This record gives sequence, C-alpha cells and structure tokens, in this order.
Amino acid sequence: MEVLKNKFSGFMIPLVSVILGLLAGAIIMLFSGYDPILAYTALFNGIFSNTYVMGETIRQFTPLILSGLAVAFAFRTGLFNIGVEGQLLVGWLASVYVGLQFDGLTPFLHIPLAILAAAAAGALWGVVPGFLKAKYHVHEVITTIMMNYIALHVVNAIIRSYLLAPGERTETIHQSASLASAYLQSITDFSRLHYGFLVAIIGAIIMWFLLWKTTLGYELRAVGFNTNASQYAGINVSRNIVLSMVISGAFAGVAGSMEGLGTYGYMSILSAFTGIGFDGIAVSLLGANSAIGVVLAAALFGGLKIGALNMQSVAQVPTQLIEIVIALIIFFVASSYLIRWFSNRLNKRGKI
Amino acid sequence: MDLMQILELIIPAAIFSAAPLIFTALGGVFSERSGVVNIGLEGLMLMGAFTGAVFTVFGEQWGFGAASPWFSFIVAIIVGALFSLLHAVASISFRADQVVSGVALNFLAAGLAVFLVKKIFDAGQTPIIAERIDKSNVPFLSDIPIIGPLFFSHAYYTSYIAIALAFVVWYVIYKTPFGLRLRSVGEHPMAADTMGINVIKMRYIAVMLSGAFAGLGGAVYATSISGSFSHSTITGQGFMALAAMIFGKWHPLGALGAALFFGLAQSLSITGQQIPLLKDIPEVYLLIAPYVLTILALAGLVGRADAPKAIGQPYEKGKGR
Repeated sequence: MEVLKNKFSGFMIPLVSVILGLLAGAIIMLFSGYDPILAYTALFNGIFSNTYVMGETIRQFTPLILSGLAVAFAFRTGLFNIGVEGQLLVGWLASVYVGLQFDGLTPFLHIPLAILAAAAAGALWGVVPGFLKAKYHVHEVITTIMMNYIALHVVNAIIRSYLLAPGERTETIHQSASLASAYLQSITDFSRLHYGFLVAIIGAIIMWFLLWKTTLGYELRAVGFNTNASQYAGINVSRNIVLSMVISGAFAGVAGSMEGLGTYGYMSILSAFTGIGFDGIAVSLLGANSAIGVVLAAALFGGLKIGALNMQSVAQVPTQLIEIVIALIIFFVASSYLIRWFSNRLNKRGKI
Repeated sequence: MDLMQILELIIPAAIFSAAPLIFTALGGVFSERSGVVNIGLEGLMLMGAFTGAVFTVFGEQWGFGAASPWFSFIVAIIVGALFSLLHAVASISFRADQVVSGVALNFLAAGLAVFLVKKIFDAGQTPIIAERIDKSNVPFLSDIPIIGPLFFSHAYYTSYIAIALAFVVWYVIYKTPFGLRLRSVGEHPMAADTMGINVIKMRYIAVMLSGAFAGLGGAVYATSISGSFSHSTITGQGFMALAAMIFGKWHPLGALGAALFFGLAQSLSITGQQIPLLKDIPEVYLLIAPYVLTILALAGLVGRADAPKAIGQPYEKGKGR
C-alpha cells in the first residue's frame, strides 16, 4: 500500500498538475475570447508537425534539462538553488571565453575544455551561497538571488570592457569549440539544433550516478533528509552543503555553455535574465527531482515554449499564455496536498 | 561643481528611486513577520505596476485628469491583495513550500500581466501615461536652508507617503495588539494558538497586506519612474525590496533605511557620470553594491540579521510547531 502511495505521488501528481494547468489555460482562453481547441491544436502542431520545429524543441529543452538538474541536485541536499540563472550566465561567459581562445585546437579537446570552464565558473558562483550557508547559516535562497544580479551586472561589465564586438556582444567562438552541426541542421530543415542535447543526457546520467551509486551521493541525500541525523551519523554536513552547491552550480554553468557553444556561439550584453535558470525550478519541481523526471519535464516545457510560437501565429493567443500555464502547473505541484486530499476522498468513496 | 550641487543632484534622486522599494519592503515585513516567506514580492509588484499603468490610462480616458494615478493606486492595492491570496492559499492552507509558491507567483504575474496588456492594447506595452505623479515643494519645510532644498524640494508626494508609512507600519507592528499577534504568529505559532490567536487568519491578513503594499509599490513605480508597463518594467525591483527588508533586519524602519540606501546606490549609478569623484568608479560597482551589501549583512559582517523563528514553516494545528 505504501509503495502504491509513493508511486501515486511520484507519477500522478505531476500528470494531474499538467492536465489541470492546461485546463486552466483553456478556461483563461475562453474568458479572454480565444478558441482553446484551435490554440491547443496549433500548439501541438507547433511541436510535432515538421522536423524544423522538432529540432527547435530539442534545442530549447537542452539547457532546460541542465538547469533543471542543477535545481534538482541542490534540492536533494535540502537546498533551494534559485541562483541557477546567475551560475548559468557566468558559465555561458566562461565557455565563450575559452571558445574564443586556443585557435586551431582539435574539437575533441576544445569543446570539453570550454564545457569544463563553464562548469568551473558555475561551481565558483555556487560556492559563495554554499559556504555562507554552511559557515554562517545564511539562507541560500536570498544569497542565490543576490548572486544572480551580481552575475548579470558583472558579466555585462566584463563583456563591455574586454570582449566587446560590434552589436553589443562578443565575437563568435572558433569553429573548433562549437557544438553546432551542419549535419543536425540539415536533417531538421535548418533549425538551430546542436550536439548539446547529448551533453544534457550525459548530465542526467551523471546526476543519477552521483546521487544513487556513490558514497558522496548517499551522504548528500542523507543531509537532505535529516541534517541532525546525518551529523550524528558522522557525516560532515557543512562539507556536503558546499559540495552540493558546487555540483549544482556546475550543472548550471554547463547549461550556460549550451547557449554559448551551441545555440548562439557568442554572448550578448543582456538587459535581463534569460529565464532558463528560473524555468529550471519549474522543471525540477515537475520532474520530482529525479534525473529522468527532469528530462521529461524539460521536454514538456521546452515543447510548450516552442509550440506557443505557432499558437500565437495561428490562434493569435499571446505566447504568455504558456507562461501562465507553467506557473499554474507549479502551483498545482506545490499544493499537491490538495490533489492528495481529493484523491483520498475519492478512494474512500470508492470503498464505501 | 560644489558639494551642495552634488547633494542636490543625488539625494532627491535617491528618495525618488527608493519610494517603490519602501512600499514593497514594508509589505514584505508584514508577511515575513507572520512567518510566511514572500519571494513573490517581485510578482506582486509586477501586477501593481501593470495595474498602475493600465488604470492610469483608463482614468485619463474616463476624465479623472490628474487624479488618474491616485485612482490607479487604489485599484493596484486591491489587485495586489487579491493576487497575493494565491500565495496565501497555496502556502498557508495547502502547506505548499512557501518559496516555491512565491516563485510560482512571480511566473504567473509575469505571464498574466503581459498577456493582459497584449489582450487590452493589442501591443507589447501600455501607452505612455500622460498624468504622472507631480513633483512639488513641501510648504514651509522647503524654505529651511540646506535641508529644505535637499529633502523637501521638487520631490514626489509618493516618496513622502512611503516614508511616513514606514513609521505607521512600525507603530502598527510594535505598538498595537494586532502587531503583537502578528509577530507572535511568526515567532512561535503554537504558543500564539494556545493564547487564542487565529494563526491561519493572521497569516492570511499579513500576506494580503504584503500584496497590497507591493501592489502600491509597483503602481508608484509605473506612474512615477517608468511611465508605462511592458515585460521589462519590473526586472528585479521586487527582489531588491526583499533584500532591503532583510538588510533592514525585518524591521519597518530598518527596511526604510535600507531601501533609501539602495535608492541612493541606484541614483548614483545613474547620476554618477556627472559627479567628479564618482566618474572614475566603474558603474558596475554601484550596480552590484546593494546585492553585495545584503550578502555581507546576512553573513553577519554588517550586524547580525535574524529572521523570525517560525519563518517558512506551515502551521498545522496539533503538530507541535
């Protein structure tokens, strides 16, 4: 019975939340004078109707998988990393910086080097909140929010002072560091699909392996379950908190390199956040903080975002409707107490 | 350029930039003092800015003239309070994680506001509003030498309301039975419950107050600083207000001081280019100053900041804490 209950909450709650979110979206469309059936048909076609949109969907959810993994990894240790956005920005910059150096290097060295640089930069940005949490018990939510803004302004200042090219951006990285692929573009009708999705899948496997197959992962999860018990069992809680933020930051940094080495091949001066890091929170919540869940949730949200473009052009529904739907899905997942309550009532009625 | 001229440039600009932060940070004090984390301040402020811009435009069309922005403030307060109900229901009644619920609120506000702007105006942003909040000299006080020109001339009414409100909030939280109940619910809800205080009701009121204040803050931002609403109007001001509240140690007057300081940092990053000494400091240092200072404050380097004891914990009757 207990197992069944766990399975129920593990799979049913996200599913019910998504359905409720889409239903609420339909209701909003009805009230504001749009045709929900036309809109959702257009949304569906906007994800699956041809190879171009499918390529774009995969490109869209590649960094989402990694930012989702970043949030989920910290969640497993009981930490809420809202700083993925900032860690992603410094990762993006680091990958582009390495991509601009080392002309003539073989891609087999240059790409991993650039991705590792992104991971290191993200990890560095994650150390600060981790250390402050471990040492001074400062709540990581506030520090990571602050670190986001520091990242945004510092990254812009660095580009402006040292890496500026015409068009408020950096130069384009060397071909040897690029994840873009003529082959992938040709089979997807010239979408911006790049090899980054392989990196994201590898990232998901690494997260699963780290958490479930290593001593480190066991300790990290133990700290997430019960800090005091872990301390009593001889686990170094402070060290694990810092490590968790470092690894989470590294995932976030790699998410940034997907944009830097894959989609764009450069970095622009940003006036606002990319949103990929914040979407990672939604992804990890819907994915119940598991590697496979994160991949599925990222695919769903990435698909919704790309499909929304077609929805806007066919049914004139603003793309923001999808943002509303995603926000509502998070509300429903977070308020799973409500869904459980309803299902318990239904079950009881069934028995009587 | 002498010192007086420099100060006349910086200080009014600081008070001007600080007003929306003060309102929103005061709202945050209510919510967090009752034990409910409110990351959703950003979204609440965003809804306020949206409502402020939209209803000022409507007010102008309906012939309210110069009263239009004030009319929009009332609407924004109501909209903010109602919108914050979502956070209250999720995090108080359904025991959702308060941070998660706040994040969801931010997403929802961003999507909803731009969706509605596109629906109403068929464009990505509202028209520029004609009736902005007036600048004026405060009678008598502006005639005082030195202080008068610095603090009481060419300033916005909303700024004075913000500063006065901080003292009102201080009085309410520290000198009234309501304030005592609010604080006790945030420190030890079970003890408060034992004393016959309705914890759930207090927290609902506190969250709705935070929504009303943040809504007003957003509307003040739209009608005095930005002059319109688009997706890029509110980008982090709510988080900045959250930072001001924490930097101010969850105290209304502390939040006021911190918001004024952040306003100063913002105004310096804008007016700094005209000031001899500051011209040489790269803009980025001024831009990141509020955030770095908040982190330092939290780390205890600028005086220790302790959050209310029961913050972030949903209250269940009969479950201990």
